[in-house]
Amino acid sequence: MKKDYSILIGGEAGQGSRKAGLIIAKIFNRMGYNVFIHDDYQSLIKGGHSFSQIRASDEECLTHRKKVDFILALDKKTIEKHKAILNKGGIIISGERPYEIVKELNGGRIMGNIAMIAIFSKHIGIDWKILSSILKKEISRDIEKNLEIAKKAYNETKELFKIEKIKNKVSPLVTGNEAIALGAIDAGLDIYSAYPMTPATSILHYLAEKRKTITTQVENEIAVINSIIGSAYAGKRSMTGTSGGGFALMTEAISFASIAEIPILVVNSQRAGPASGVPTYSAQGDLLFSLNSGHGDIVRFVASPGDANEAYYLSGTLLNLAWKYQTPTILLTDKELSESTYKFYPKKIKKEKELLWDNKGEYERYAQTENGISPMAYPGKTIVKATSYEHDRKGYTTEDAETIIAMQDKRLRKFKEMEKALDELETVKVYGNKKSKKAVICWGSTKGAVKEASLKLGLKVIQILFLQPFPIKELKKALKGVDKLVSVECNSTGQLSVLLSQNGIKVDKQILKYDARPLNPEDLELKLKKI
Amino acid sequence: MKIETNYPNTWCPGCGNFAILEAMKKAIQEIGQEKVVLVADIGCNSKIVDYLNVSSLGSLHGRPIPSASGIKIANPELKVVVFTGDGGSLNEGISHLIHAAKKNTDITVIMHNNRLFALTTGQYTASSPKGFKGKSTPDGSIEEPLNTLELMMAAKASFIGRTYSSKIDYTKKMIIEAINHKGFSFIEVLQPCPSFFNTFQFYNEKVYEADANEKLIKEWNYDEKGRIPLGVFHKEERPTYEDEI
Ligand SMILES: Cc1ncc(C[n+]2csc(CCOP(=O)(O)OP(=O)(O)O)c2C)c(N)n1
Ligand code: SF4
Repeated sequence: MKKDYSILIGGEAGQGSRKAGLIIAKIFNRMGYNVFIHDDYQSLIKGGHSFSQIRASDEECLTHRKKVDFILALDKKTIEKHKAILNKGGIIISGERPYEIVKELNGGRIMGNIAMIAIFSKHIGIDWKILSSILKKEISRDIEKNLEIAKKAYNETKELFKIEKIKNKVSPLVTGNEAIALGAIDAGLDIYSAYPMTPATSILHYLAEKRKTITTQVENEIAVINSIIGSAYAGKRSMTGTSGGGFALMTEAISFASIAEIPILVVNSQRAGPASGVPTYSAQGDLLFSLNSGHGDIVRFVASPGDANEAYYLSGTLLNLAWKYQTPTILLTDKELSESTYKFYPKKIKKEKELLWDNKGEYERYAQTENGISPMAYPGKTIVKATSYEHDRKGYTTEDAETIIAMQDKRLRKFKEMEKALDELETVKVYGNKKSKKAVICWGSTKGAVKEASLKLGLKVIQILFLQPFPIKELKKALKGVDKLVSVECNSTGQLSVLLSQNGIKVDKQILKYDARPLNPEDLELKLKKI
Repeated sequence: MKIETNYPNTWCPGCGNFAILEAMKKAIQEIGQEKVVLVADIGCNSKIVDYLNVSSLGSLHGRPIPSASGIKIANPELKVVVFTGDGGSLNEGISHLIHAAKKNTDITVIMHNNRLFALTTGQYTASSPKGFKGKSTPDGSIEEPLNTLELMMAAKASFIGRTYSSKIDYTKKMIIEAINHKGFSFIEVLQPCPSFFNTFQFYNEKVYEADANEKLIKEWNYDEKGRIPLGVFHKEERPTYEDEI
């Protein structure tokens, strides 16, 4: 039988449902399961309603399911709000007993979530040894009291069944944002600078805590991007992350980085809605904006991961590409990927060296070369002139018509090289029934749900990882034999279809979702069936 | 290595910027050409980087200060000098000026104050006198000018100076002192723009080399009244942003 469990834990902000969700996921991870956590929370600090949906499966699991087998309700609202999605035979554990135990043992109210975890663990037959060792690792304060509470809750609870151990590798669990940070670190990240904006903020927090890079928070997004451009000009690998509004403020400087040929990596983690939108919820509404970010005739690398392993890979790859091609690169993701938790077993990324000047003769920052890539040098060693103005080979401002053409042509040659770079990269992935005439196409965080629903229906799935330059060759290969193409995205105007049609590919049907909630495989399966 | 470049100079004849260029050439030669990186805004002032054979990054309008901060964080050995205008740093990029001063970022900001947007052919800035008749204010600007040095004082700049472009040696000395100052240094250079706001006579009559101190900042409020003190009004040692990072 398939082993696939879904657990929802909810409560008010401040009750620790998110932390509890992570601990539950770690328990399943220790039992050998693949796990995934979707976190839903509101833009408030205390009160309201937040919940995590944890899924554990013996098969790949990159998305939550709509229905759950357990509801762990730290407050009453959790039951009211979610009982409709409880599977037949599902179990609700209400918060009353956990909080009573906490009271009986004079614990802090926040410890209610630990009592809840213990009750749940006993129900599903987790050994005390496993539970207590995970709790010891995960709890940073008052560990004795927490364990006492957990023990009491555990001992007084009945075992309902025993979940089986699976012989799978136990891998670390990371959020998408953590994976993004780790990929960049492995590609040699020196400096991360940002202005807080959900859902990108946790990259800043994670890197600040990790202390492997210089991490700064500066006055606004415009300062952030101009500052990392300065750092990259001085030879340090630099990066930032933000969401739509902050990204919009950065666009002038994306254009600056392009003409000045300064390598930077910018993460745009999308939230729902235009402008301030819905800060803690997800969407894929910035695709076309990101592809067109920055004024002028420019090409940037834009790539979008579908899970944490891809997030790591693409973040590191984009940082390497930025330095190889001296260009802005954009990692386009969203709340759903940034803040969901995945099992982490990526292909290792290594720092790839940039093309350096050989120290011969007089340095020309924008030397004309066959492929448009000029060797780099950094100030302090020789004279390096870079600028946001159109310039000559040495980096002096120009208005001369011939020089303008020559420089644009040099960049165009480089853009061509960037296109060629796609040949060496994994730009398009195909899953499922390769012979199916019906294919579902997607990008970004929807991968998990799309893959799961489509595979069940025997369809082919095409996921686009690189969105600019557009991997048309690979995509055409993937589309061989397909006569019906269905696109799935979390926006209302079908931006992927627009991009595809610009590249001569017609989408026959669109499935669009824009309620700011992530896709789930059950609903998607129903929709796909109808097409 | 020569300090000049072969780049043709496009400033208007008689522009105050020529004198600033002279002062800067002398200052850089004393400090050492390799150690210095210039970061430019956009404006007449910013063309200076094309005239100096020194590493430079031409940033966006209003944004040279964050670019300079990024360079300094990346390589603290470099002496980073920003060229900006009153339009660039009191209008478009004023937040960066204030934050860099507050953080005590170890860079030098040289603000050419011609008290208008020159490269866009003459509109008022936050430093223009009230009543200034520019192309966008034919009936005169209705805003009071900002006292830049007072602003820098409030923002905790650790070095605040004012000079006048025509005083080349005086300016050179102040630039060297500012670059050697550990921490954020700000120099306002009063710079006449003969094409749109010719203030040569005005400044020639009014400026004086003062035995400057913080109180003297108030002596001139960017109006017609009184004398205009030059000098270093404030200097203090405190840990820099890069020290603490
Ligand atoms: C984002 C942006 N807005 C506007 C401009 C147009 N612009 C170029 S220079 C300038 C003002 C220059 O004034 P100032 O900084 O005082 O320098 P000056 O030319 O007087 O030396 C403006 C507004 C620009 N280049 N970029
Ligand atoms: S417009 Fe004014 S500031 Fe610009 S070069 Fe001419 S005189 Fe100098």
